[in-house]
Amino acid sequence: MRRAWQILVATLREIFDEAAYARFLGQDGQVTQESYAAFLRERETKLASKVKCC
Amino acid sequence: MSKHLRWFIWLLVGSAGALALATIALHRGEEINALWLVVAAVCTYALAYRFYSAFISAKVLALDPMRATPAERLEDGRDFVPTNKWVVFGHHFAAIAGPGPLVGPVLAAQFGYLPGTLWILAGAVFGGCVQDFVILLFSVRRNGKSLTAMARDEIGKIGGFVAYVSVLAIIVILLGVAALIVVNALKGSPWGTFTIAMTIPIALLMGWYLRRLRPGKVLETSALGFLLVILAIFGGQWVSQNSHIAPWFTLSASTLAIVIIVYGYAASAMPVWLLLAPRDYLSTFVKLGTIALLALGILALHPVLHMPPLTRFIDGSGPVFAGNVFPFAFITIACGAISGFHSLISSGTTPKLIRRETEARMVGYGAMMAESMVAIMATIAACVMQPGIYFSINSPAGIVGQTPEAAAATITNWGFPASAADMHALALAVGEQTLYNRTGGAPAFAVGMAHIFSNSLGGQAVMAVWYHFAIMFEALFILTVLDAGTRVGRFMVQDALAHVWKPFGRTSWYPSVLATSALIVGAWGYFLWQGVKDPLGGINSLWPLFGIANQLLATVALCVATTIVIKMGRVRYAWVTLMPLVWLVAVTFTASWHKIFDVNPRIGFLAHARTVTNPRLIFNDCLDAWVTGILIFLVTLILFESAKEWMRVLSGKKAARVSEAPFVMTAFVEEA
Repeated sequence: MRRAWQILVATLREIFDEAAYARFLGQDGQVTQESYAAFLRERETKLASKVKCC
Repeated sequence: MSKHLRWFIWLLVGSAGALALATIALHRGEEINALWLVVAAVCTYALAYRFYSAFISAKVLALDPMRATPAERLEDGRDFVPTNKWVVFGHHFAAIAGPGPLVGPVLAAQFGYLPGTLWILAGAVFGGCVQDFVILLFSVRRNGKSLTAMARDEIGKIGGFVAYVSVLAIIVILLGVAALIVVNALKGSPWGTFTIAMTIPIALLMGWYLRRLRPGKVLETSALGFLLVILAIFGGQWVSQNSHIAPWFTLSASTLAIVIIVYGYAASAMPVWLLLAPRDYLSTFVKLGTIALLALGILALHPVLHMPPLTRFIDGSGPVFAGNVFPFAFITIACGAISGFHSLISSGTTPKLIRRETEARMVGYGAMMAESMVAIMATIAACVMQPGIYFSINSPAGIVGQTPEAAAATITNWGFPASAADMHALALAVGEQTLYNRTGGAPAFAVGMAHIFSNSLGGQAVMAVWYHFAIMFEALFILTVLDAGTRVGRFMVQDALAHVWKPFGRTSWYPSVLATSALIVGAWGYFLWQGVKDPLGGINSLWPLFGIANQLLATVALCVATTIVIKMGRVRYAWVTLMPLVWLVAVTFTASWHKIFDVNPRIGFLAHARTVTNPRLIFNDCLDAWVTGILIFLVTLILFESAKEWMRVLSGKKAARVSEAPFVMTAFVEEA
């Protein structure tokens, strides 16, 4: 049950790009407005060109 | 578990599936319970996954657990990341599930529930799941290459060019028809229009909140956005009942079309973080929750299907769209059975996350099964309505008549009792002035969904709230596709124009951004305008055009897949991809022929052009005929090029060499 919950949370974090931000920060990165802005800048093209199906 | 027990369980699953399918297919004159569709679907998927996908994994693709995937070899913590298979499954499903599997089955329900259900099941397990699975695996073996790049590498330059044009065409047509669905759902509806309008400031607020207050807390922000959207639904009810404010949000189809075109252009030029990204998160949040809720609602209520298995409209005279059950049922339901668009996602982000080759089976084949289940739920939502109500909502005024009385008389005359008084009462129950002439599938789906939800949660008193929740859910979906699709189309055009003049390729150079956005928005905006002005409701022309474009892209993907299978030296198993390819060619070529040349003006574009005098309508018909013709020509070209490549390889004139990345042993060898 606990494992299923962990997987569900991990899936949601991946779908909603929280995991990508955590990877961007690395191990000792700080969650700040600046670091998030830098993350968004880096992902701008990727997010914008992400195909959404019909 | 012993071998005998396993076989006994599978025998039970097979028997239950066969019984359910027989009940669906052979019951005549009596209404059946929706659970028969659910049982048939679940058993079919279980058997297909256990046996057919295992066969493809072992014999056709020879999945190798020892082979390192690009996520492992090229891991960079950004694009290439080895990820848990369930996480990749969820990510992939969230990307492939859009409004298509909800709208297509609702439109195809005019034939009855049987053709759509059988096509969704067979199309998915033999076509859509196979396509998504093999393209995903082939992309994994090519370092995550896109479909266009694989077509160029394996079939040649013409293959790459055709894939590129097909993708661009499908994006433009999809966006035009998707916008038309929103227009038809919101015209004359202050409640719906207010709710959807509010999603724009809500998304902007989410963008600001994410960037300034709680950086990176996307789930929390999406949950807050969802609560605000729920408030907007109740706000919409208040707006619709306020005689001063309601007229501001009571818009005609033409006005709504202009608003959406302007919105599409503005959204395309705005920073991604401000509108596109938060809106995408909000849409995904609502989508996943609502699909789960709908599944629970169907299981809890297990409603009876009032639509017959087959209607008289299998002869092609249907009011929702004209055309015989073959081929039109098969292009109307694309997503949910087989959708070419999925091949773009299977060769996009997903292959860069797959941790081990063997997991491609669950992600590629499995996620498509889940999407197919969504299409089955949409079929159920459409068929729980009384057929008279279904046809009253989905038929254009040009077919059934301009007044409620005329529409009721026409529909009753078809054998589906309908009354103007009942429709008026239903409209009031869902908080609308009228539900007539709401073509496009979204309002009919919303009524069906509201019926299921209100009967299992809240009763008739909250039917209006559930209806507008469903409309919001669909419109939010579609407008997100509109935002994202316009940008993807813009990037593709910029990429192509960079070959003419380099600065055009710079995605941050504003003259290029504005010019290429205008090009894409102008293209889909024209199709939208054409649909709004079409006396037959627009869906009759545009949805089949979209279906043809989508299935032609699937043809391109299956050509690429078959070429690779042959080059892998597995020609004896090439039928796995060749079979759906042949079917799609038969379906799309027949449908295209009818759409261009059929003498019935409700089906053939050219025949329709001969019956009208307005030069604009004549031009639109000729344009649609040309677009269909060009798409068919391009796909003929890629079929010809693919066949030439197959013959060269099979005759030994060309070495059977695939452009895979070299084998590297996985570091996850202990798990393998």
